Amino acid sequence: MSSATPNHNPSRHPATEPAWVRRLLIGVALLFIGLFLVAPLVSVFTQALVKGPGYYWQAVSNPLARSAIGLTLLTAGVAVPLNCVFGVMAAWAVAKFEFRGKSLLLTLIDLPFSISPVISGLMLVLVFGEQGWLGRYEDAEHPWFPWLQQWLNTHNLKIIYAVPGMILATVFVTFPFVARELIPLMEAQGRSEEEAARVLGASGWQTFWRVTLPNIKWGLLYGVILCNARAMGEFGAVSVVSGHIRGETDTIPLHVEALYDGYDFAGAFAAASVLTLLALVTLAVKTWIEHQNAAQNAPADKP
Amino acid sequence: MTTSHIKGKQTRVLPGFHLTLGYTLLYLSLIVLIPLSAIIWKTTSLSATEFWRVITTPQAVASYRLSLGVSLLAALVNAAFGLVVAWVLVRYQFFGKKLVDALVDLPFALPTAVAGITLAYIYGPHGWMGRWLAPLGIQVANTRLGIFVALLFIGLPFIVRTIQPVLEDLDPELEEAAASLGASRWQTFWRVILPMLAPALLTGFALAFARALGEYGSVVFISSNIPLRTQITPLLIMSELDEFQYAKATALAVVMLAISFALLLVINLLQWRASRHQRQN
Repeated sequence: MSSATPNHNPSRHPATEPAWVRRLLIGVALLFIGLFLVAPLVSVFTQALVKGPGYYWQAVSNPLARSAIGLTLLTAGVAVPLNCVFGVMAAWAVAKFEFRGKSLLLTLIDLPFSISPVISGLMLVLVFGEQGWLGRYEDAEHPWFPWLQQWLNTHNLKIIYAVPGMILATVFVTFPFVARELIPLMEAQGRSEEEAARVLGASGWQTFWRVTLPNIKWGLLYGVILCNARAMGEFGAVSVVSGHIRGETDTIPLHVEALYDGYDFAGAFAAASVLTLLALVTLAVKTWIEHQNAAQNAPADKP
Repeated sequence: MTTSHIKGKQTRVLPGFHLTLGYTLLYLSLIVLIPLSAIIWKTTSLSATEFWRVITTPQAVASYRLSLGVSLLAALVNAAFGLVVAWVLVRYQFFGKKLVDALVDLPFALPTAVAGITLAYIYGPHGWMGRWLAPLGIQVANTRLGIFVALLFIGLPFIVRTIQPVLEDLDPELEEAAASLGASRWQTFWRVILPMLAPALLTGFALAFARALGEYGSVVFISSNIPLRTQITPLLIMSELDEFQYAKATALAVVMLAISFALLLVINLLQWRASRHQRQN
């Protein structure tokens, strides 16, 4: 499909490879991408439709699937705004002020990225599980916050193996996404624009809404998109704290697993295709944002 | 906020320092630090000898070896192919380049469970790839090779996305100089370009390796999860959890966390060195 055309701007890379090397490298790259990225992507849809569109429609619209979709929207709907607010707050503190221990704080913010999803779930079980710090049993080991434990007990609020635990697990695994996008962006932008706004008499809120937010909107959207994709697709951590009750504590990824383990492969792939569409939309929006960003920065880059 | 509270000469013109930092620390503590300290608390319920016994059972040791070995191998192969993909995307023009560029991030966006079932299908006995590999005596699904394939999938974007920006910013004059001094294209790549890419390549490798170590969702579908043979450490932790063996699961989690944090330290050190190197130039 791809014949290597000569570089449009020969002055940039005068020392270039012979044509056969170029073709070989492009071939290797496309083969690798094709085998490991395109083939899995396409097979989700072919397998989803293997029993025909009628079966597909039934698989994505039955009550169990609808409940899984609803729960996925709920967990992401709580986790993404929470981490969004945190990301903006953290980026403001880190990028606009100097304080001791900043690099330690940055490392701690990144921490959830380097913790296995299974361990993320385990941590919540140790805090909220029946033998944990805030367990539902009166004889929970060493309750650290007896009043909180009592409150949970009297309200019969179950966290582990129930929806609140799944939301907490999702919040944990998506914790760094927005902050990580915004911190370097706001550090690069500095604080002179905000300081000018303040000196000209704007209030703190006005400065944020009128000066900072327009400057960071693309970075914020980028972080939100990635955060949302992970929140809706999280499997390991949510699996640990879910009760695995069909129709009650199944998100779409857990619904996919349940169908797959029950040998309903067409149904599993049908549910998976919903998540795959979400992934494709995420990639499209991400690419669009990068394009917007490049267009915005291009005039400034020219000398 | 009065100026007397502030060290240094500069007065803070911008508001919200205490609010935003306070909120950041509170939220960080609630969501990350308190649950993380629960791991340490739970570990202390085991005596040192018990802890040692749990983390050195043959099943646990086999799982570390498998996890480390396959993750390392997948990250190495990804480093090689990721470099080729990044090179092709930065240096060459070809049909569909923008689409390929966008598609590289697919493993970031595609939920791991979806990646798991689709890879298990493709490399299974009836799948597009498995059908061709089976007559050759190569079985992928339910073997260690399957785990390798899953880890290859999830690690690719880490390598490509760390190399790509460095490759884009490479000064073409250096290559011209090498060429005009009589270096062949291969020598220029090996002696000039690769050393400049090395820090990014190493960082990408470490990121892919760290991600592969903790991966659960995509592996659980393609691995048969047989103890001593195809059980990676996260799967072992999960099976202890299924039997409500929280103390055992926690001890194994501590081992994994120690490895992950050591890797995190290495990655930070690499990035710090790379940025210092850039500033010096």
